[in-house]
Amino acid sequence: MTVQSTATPPLGAAKKRNFRSQEATVGLLFILPSLIGFVIFYAIPAVRGIFISLSDWDLLTPAEFVGLANYSKLLKDPTFWNSLKVTFYYVLLNIPVQTILALVIAVMMSRLTKSIIIRAIIILPWLMPSVVVGLLWLWLMDPTIGIINEALRALGLGTVPFLNLPKTAMPSIALINIWQYVGYTALLVFAGLQAIPGSVYEAAQIDGASEGQMFWKVTIPLLRPVLVFVLVTSVIGSFQIFDTVAITTKGGPINATKVLNFYIYEQAFTRFNMGYATAISMVLFLILIFVSIIQMRLMRAGESDM
Amino acid sequence: MYRRFLLMISLLIVFSLMLGACGGAATPAAPAAQAPAAETPAAEAPVAAAPAADAGAASLQYWLWDSAQLPAYQACVDAFTAQNPNISVKITQFGWGDYWSGIQNGMIAGNAPDVFTNHLAQYPEFASKNQLVDIQPYIVRDNVDMGVYLKGLADLWGRDGKQYGLPKDWDTVAIVYNQDMLDAAGVTVDEVNNATWNPEDGGTFGELIAKLTLDANGKNALDPAFDKTKVVQYGFVPDGPADTWGQTGWSWLAATTGWRHVNEIWATAYNYDDPRLSATMQWMADMMASGKMMPLELVSSLGGSAAFTAGKGALHPQGSWMIGFFAQNSPFPFGFARLPQGPEGRRSMFNGLADSIWVGTKYPEASWQLVKFLASPECANIVGDAGVVFPAQQSGVDRAIAAYKAKNLDVSAFTDQATEPDGTFLFPVTDNAPEINALVGPVMQSILLGQAKAADVLPPTNEQINALFK
Repeated sequence: MTVQSTATPPLGAAKKRNFRSQEATVGLLFILPSLIGFVIFYAIPAVRGIFISLSDWDLLTPAEFVGLANYSKLLKDPTFWNSLKVTFYYVLLNIPVQTILALVIAVMMSRLTKSIIIRAIIILPWLMPSVVVGLLWLWLMDPTIGIINEALRALGLGTVPFLNLPKTAMPSIALINIWQYVGYTALLVFAGLQAIPGSVYEAAQIDGASEGQMFWKVTIPLLRPVLVFVLVTSVIGSFQIFDTVAITTKGGPINATKVLNFYIYEQAFTRFNMGYATAISMVLFLILIFVSIIQMRLMRAGESDM
Repeated sequence: MYRRFLLMISLLIVFSLMLGACGGAATPAAPAAQAPAAETPAAEAPVAAAPAADAGAASLQYWLWDSAQLPAYQACVDAFTAQNPNISVKITQFGWGDYWSGIQNGMIAGNAPDVFTNHLAQYPEFASKNQLVDIQPYIVRDNVDMGVYLKGLADLWGRDGKQYGLPKDWDTVAIVYNQDMLDAAGVTVDEVNNATWNPEDGGTFGELIAKLTLDANGKNALDPAFDKTKVVQYGFVPDGPADTWGQTGWSWLAATTGWRHVNEIWATAYNYDDPRLSATMQWMADMMASGKMMPLELVSSLGGSAAFTAGKGALHPQGSWMIGFFAQNSPFPFGFARLPQGPEGRRSMFNGLADSIWVGTKYPEASWQLVKFLASPECANIVGDAGVVFPAQQSGVDRAIAAYKAKNLDVSAFTDQATEPDGTFLFPVTDNAPEINALVGPVMQSILLGQAKAADVLPPTNEQINALFK
């Protein structure tokens, strides 16, 4: 390509095209590692998944093609519908609280303190492995020997069986995950806040805007691209909740926390129904695509007010 | 260049589709290639019947889940490798949950351990998927005396003339008591030993539990002024009360009514619809609701035994494999009492472990030698001396009793249960255990959490279970 271009007369358009193609080569090289990763770990398994979801396969003996049988079974499976409901319930508990808290923490970080130590502390839970976080809270919330219940009893409030009652189990899991991820979300929002030029606030101040007005009329609109990113990734993330459930409640009590991903895991690896588990995964995949498209549309993700 | 880039991308996608399509079809079939390996020993055995086969040099992977048993089995393995210098054995121990996913993933990936400790709730599934070596031909070839094992233990590991493991230990259930709490309530160990139980009024066992339950005002649950919302000491701390098989949870109560999970080994129907089981589960749920038995939701995530050793209750049912746990963790004096006597006697589940050989092993002969040794009198004596579990052979049991005695532990509540006529019933070995477990667990939880009546939800669940066998 380079040889060819030196041979031809240096026309402006050709030069430009040449530059752009060079850029594309470099760009391709840059994305190559993640492209390979994407193809091997996402694209191929996803396509394979379609085939597996059409089969009856116990992982150890040969798969048998069953057509859409797994999908029709799914429509009649009350545990699947319960899992769907429970998963949406979790997302509804998790996302609003986490996002609002993150926003508050981010605004406080940018307005009140520049301390790097505080920023580090806020992000600390996110740096901990999920398994450690799950175990930590499992012990803290334990009805018999957990420190939270020791404190509640000392205050005369009685014992709260956080993770052991169907009513309180899911809110408890949401609480654990909010604790773990709010710092990370806050950091993303904080980065977004840093990108808003101070002059905009100065101008607003000169115009006599109050703190509240500045927050709603300046900060939020200018933060939108970041908020969209945060919301889309955290909504997808919370639809895929698994580790906290696997460590604390294992889907119980009475299936109250049997979220889709845990049900998929159970079907695949403890009940050996790989085909059926994959069919449920396909449904989760469709839900995530659908939810993401809606979110992008509603929040005009491509546009910026800056 | 752009066009070439697009071409590359589309090629990548097509390629991945092709790979995916092939993978989807090929990989599930792969383990089938191992199936013939399972037949190899069977086919070879008649030929190799007379001479003892030479194992040759081999390095084996051996897995077990109980950390308490690790030192004893390490000692057995050391004795084994001393006798078979060309075989090396690496023992790996995992916790119960990781253990089974590790075994399964290993079978799928082709790197499962050559030999592993197996459980009655797990092995039928592995056997039906052709993952376990049938050791019957080896047993015949080497004239292994199956009569040395305690009655019934070896049968649990066989099906249709095939054998999937040699028994190495057994367990029964008894009641652990907190001596201080009995003393404070004026209850003697004899009263616990002689307690009777029935699902209607709970018998003297139910009364003892009530007497041992205290509220914040120091009133016990027999007192009309007892406040069930302020219980500080439970008469009874359950263990896995919502468990599907109820080994330590409820089977020792239900079985005293004459009820059994199944009518025979490899049954194709369960008895979860029986009114006697409903009555038992309802009695437990009512005891929890009235504050005498620690409610399901308050049982620690670490299990009932953790709550018991934390001094939360007076009586606690537990299996013999946990004797060492109480010796190590109980800050108060404790002891083991007999199970209560029900309408049809005293019954404990009789469960046992065995070592199985994975079909994918590269060293079937060496693996068999290891399995044979681990179930031999020699290893039974080593394990017995360690005093962690009761070996499957009487000589080992005697040594275990002596070892416990040396630690000042009277374990006769477990051994008497095992040896008295009709004292035990066997673990329900059937197909579909994982599916049954998924069905029953949530139902038992809903009964014990007071969200459903046992008699309403157990019969329809049993129908679903029995449908699995059709």
